Parts: sequence; C-alpha cells; structure tokens
Amino acid sequence: MRGLFLASACVCVLAVGVICAFLFVNGLPFFAKYNPVDFLTGTQWAPLRGIFGILPMIVGSFYVTVLAVAIGAPIGILTAILMARFAPKPVVKVLKPAVALLAGIPSVVYGFFGVMLLVPFSRELFGGSGKSALVASVLLSIMILPTIIQTAEAAINAVPNSYYEGSLALGATHESSVFRAVVPAARPGILSGVVLGLGRAIGETTAIIMVAGNNPRMPQGLLKGLRTLTVNVLMEMGYAADLHRESLIATGVVLFIIVMSINFLFSFINRRRVLQ
Amino acid sequence: MSKLQSPVLVPTRSRRHWGSRILKALCWVAGGLTFGILALIVIYILVRGVPYLTPSLFAWTYTSDNVSMTHAIINTLTMTALSLLFSVPVGVGGGIYLAEYAKPGSKLVKVIRVTAETLAGIPSIIYGLFGMLAFVVTMKMSNSLLAGALTLAIMTLPLILRQTEESLLSVPLSYREGSFGLGAGKLRTTVRIVLPVATPGILAAVILSIGRIAGETAALIYTSGTVARVASNLFASGRTLAVHLFQLQQEGMHINEAFAVAVVLLVIVVLMNALSAWIAGKLTKKG
Repeated sequence: MRGLFLASACVCVLAVGVICAFLFVNGLPFFAKYNPVDFLTGTQWAPLRGIFGILPMIVGSFYVTVLAVAIGAPIGILTAILMARFAPKPVVKVLKPAVALLAGIPSVVYGFFGVMLLVPFSRELFGGSGKSALVASVLLSIMILPTIIQTAEAAINAVPNSYYEGSLALGATHESSVFRAVVPAARPGILSGVVLGLGRAIGETTAIIMVAGNNPRMPQGLLKGLRTLTVNVLMEMGYAADLHRESLIATGVVLFIIVMSINFLFSFINRRRVLQ
Repeated sequence: MSKLQSPVLVPTRSRRHWGSRILKALCWVAGGLTFGILALIVIYILVRGVPYLTPSLFAWTYTSDNVSMTHAIINTLTMTALSLLFSVPVGVGGGIYLAEYAKPGSKLVKVIRVTAETLAGIPSIIYGLFGMLAFVVTMKMSNSLLAGALTLAIMTLPLILRQTEESLLSVPLSYREGSFGLGAGKLRTTVRIVLPVATPGILAAVILSIGRIAGETAALIYTSGTVARVASNLFASGRTLAVHLFQLQQEGMHINEAFAVAVVLLVIVVLMNALSAWIAGKLTKKG
C-alpha cells in the first residue's frame, strides 16, 4: 500500500512534468518558423496576414492585472485588518462566509454580472461601448478580493499577541497598536496574499473575455478595449489552424512562463517569511 | 482577545493618532464595500434570473427555442462525479503518503509540495490548453466528457491532496499510539483509525472541488466541448452549466434564460460553500 500512496503523491510531480512537456513540445516549434523577438515585441496581431505580435496582449495582461491589484489590494488588506482586529464577533460571522462566497462564485458568473451591469453602467457614465480596460480591472479586483483577504487575515492572526500587548503597554491606543505593531509584523504574509491575487488576475480568462472588448491592439487607455494573453488563447483557438494555431499555443507558453515567475516570487516571499 | 485599556497617562505624541483613527474608519469602509459588492452581485443575479426559472427551462429536450438547461445540469453532474472519481483516490492517497509515510523534510516531499503548489497556481486556460493537446489531440479522445473530467481532475488534485494532508496531520498522535499499542499495523492504523477522524476535513475539500468543477469554463471549452445535449457516453461531448451560461452570453439571444442559469450556478455554489463550512465547523468542534 505504501507504494500505492507514494505513487499517488507522485502524480502531482508527473502532472507538472507532463503539462510542461505538452506545452513546450507543441509551442516551441512555432519559434522555428517565426522569430521569437518579433513574436514578443511585435505590436501587430493579424493572423490572416501571418503577423503574430503579442506585445499588445502582454501589455494588456499586465495593464488590467496591475490596475486590479491597485484597486483590490487596499480594499482587501483593510477588510482583512477589520476582520482580524476591529470587527465585533457578529460582524466577523457575517463577513467570513461572505468572503468565502465571493471566492466560490464562478468566473463565468462574475463575467456575466460584469457584462450585464458594469458594462452598461460604464457606457452610461463615460460613453463608448463600455467594454473597457477599466471595467475589466474593476471586475478582476472584485475577483481577487477573497484571495487577498483570506491570506492577509491569516497573516495578521499569526502575529503573536505579545506584539499587540507590548504596544499597548507602551501607551499606544488599540488602533495605533494594530497599525504600527501588528500589521507591519504581518507584512510579508500580506504581501504574499497580494502576489497570489496577482497570479489569479493574470490567469483569469472567462470573466475578462466578456467585458474587455478584446481588441488586439496596444491598450489605449482606461476606457478603451484591450485583449489579454488568456483571452487571445480562448477566443481564437476554436477556429485557428496551422501557424495561427501554433502561435496560440506559444501564447499559452508565454502566459505559463509569466504565471510561473509570479508563483516563484510568491514562494520566495513565503520562504523569507519562514526564515524570519 | 481581550481589549486592554490603555493607561490614562498617555504621552502627548501618541494621544492623537488621527492617522490610525482614519485608517480604522477606512477598514470599516473596505469591509462594507466587500460585503456590499457580494450583496450587489447576488441580489442582481437573483432579481434578474429568478422570474425566468420556468418549467420549460427544465424541459427534457433542448431546443433553440426553450434553451432548456437540463442537459447542462446532467452533464455537470456526470462531469463532477467522473472528475472526482480520478482526483479523490489520487489526492487522498497522496495526502496519506505525505502525512503518514513520508519522512518529514525529505527531498521527495519537498518536490511533491512544490509541484502541488505549482499545479494550484496554473490558470484554468492553461489547463484547457493542456487538456486539448494531451487528451483531445494526442490521445484522440476528441471533445469528450472524459477529456474534460481528466483535465479538471488534475486541476482539483492539489486542493484535495493538501487538505487531506492537513486533516491527517491534525489528528492527535495519541490515536496512532493507541492503535499501535493494541497491536494494529501501520496500514490498519491509518485506514481504520486516522482516516475516519480526518474525513470531515477531506470532505470539505471535496465539496469545494465540486464547486470549482461546476463553475469551470475556460478549461472545458476545448476539452469537453460546447455541444448542447446530454453526453450519451464518456467519449461524447457535452456542455456543463457554466459553459452553457458562457455560450448563451456569447450568442446573446437568450439573456433572460442566461440569468436563470446564473441563478442555478449561484445556488450550487452557495450550497456547496455552506455544506463545506458546516462540515469544517463540525471538525473544529470535535477537535
């Protein structure tokens, strides 16, 4: 039985290996036919004319992700502090399941909510089609909220109570003890929550495809549409053939490498936290 | 945590921490915002969707007129069952190895942990791409329930593995010692004594996985496909509820019915969350 248990545990290792192998074996031949530099830095995406530049999508992915984190991280961290230190028990009892529910809502439902409510709202307010980088970022920021809140709350709760009590003993108020002693001590954990949210945001597909407009050109501002790497794969895979299809798999490889780098950053922060 | 009163004689410098006061107020604003957003999403979907939950939406056969979601519900159920059939034994077995058999800190354990973490971080569209390349193209399953279920099984594996390991590790050592003392072997102790105690925690992870499977779209569109009928066998294509909602939205012809599908999805997720929290709560009460 021991062998069987060991084998099951090794399925994870095998799965990562197989996923890498399939992505790279299918994605790399593209670079033999198409210059990787042109692929990564080309600003034009015109598959019908054989031009495959994914810089607009790379920039687009980072554009919405950074914006989503900029909106979501402050709200998430402050909510986590509220839940960990300020809110009375009944409030925590409501907020905790609410956050879990936010985490459980499928991205297709988020996308549907976004396209039915946020997009028309933005259209009324700012004009244009409403499908824009702004709406995509706002929607993404909602989607990464639970990740940030749950990680940050756990980090704050893990800070030894003596920090808080020591600060009180020095004459600080409840509030300043929380913000000056407890929260700074939890900073690495909070940061890793933000990085985790970043990883979530950059990999999101279904919700973004519904609200981002998906224009394959360089992002042209908050109220204009853009396309992310994820959307590029999902949108065109259905009908792509030959070189076009290979270019989409290569897009997936680029996305994979970006996500892996972010995950590596995450575990690096985590390791440093453990060392501390 | 008891709130200690700060001494009466506070130094002037820290008496007026307006910054902290303002930050505290902002915490409440953020908390209210978080809750408000959830309430907005849930209420909006319910208000727009519930009136359209008509009997014809649950008609046995799908036509482009009634846009029945029965086929999608059945596909979601079979997809979930099939996917769990792969991921639960492997995840639980792997968790047992990590918690009960492996030497803590060994190289292999480290590698397994890192890869499980890696799997958990891979976006669903990459899983979809992989599933398409591996199962649909290379293994020639074509767009099928099986290809989708295998893809989702790998996706939910790390969640079940990690939760199993954690639940097993939280079982007190004395249970094992008692079992060994009565003459039971390692396997018997693990399966008959430790595993039953850890079951609620494992179950909570399985239920969370059900929620993820039911809500998945990006990993399924190119693996199990988007055909609007009940998949008649493992090698037939069929869309799940989430894919059904995605397709309805993209087609844009039946928005009201799409809201109704969103309601059903939301209800599934709420149910799964409540069930998982209830079971996890039972676990903590016991421990």
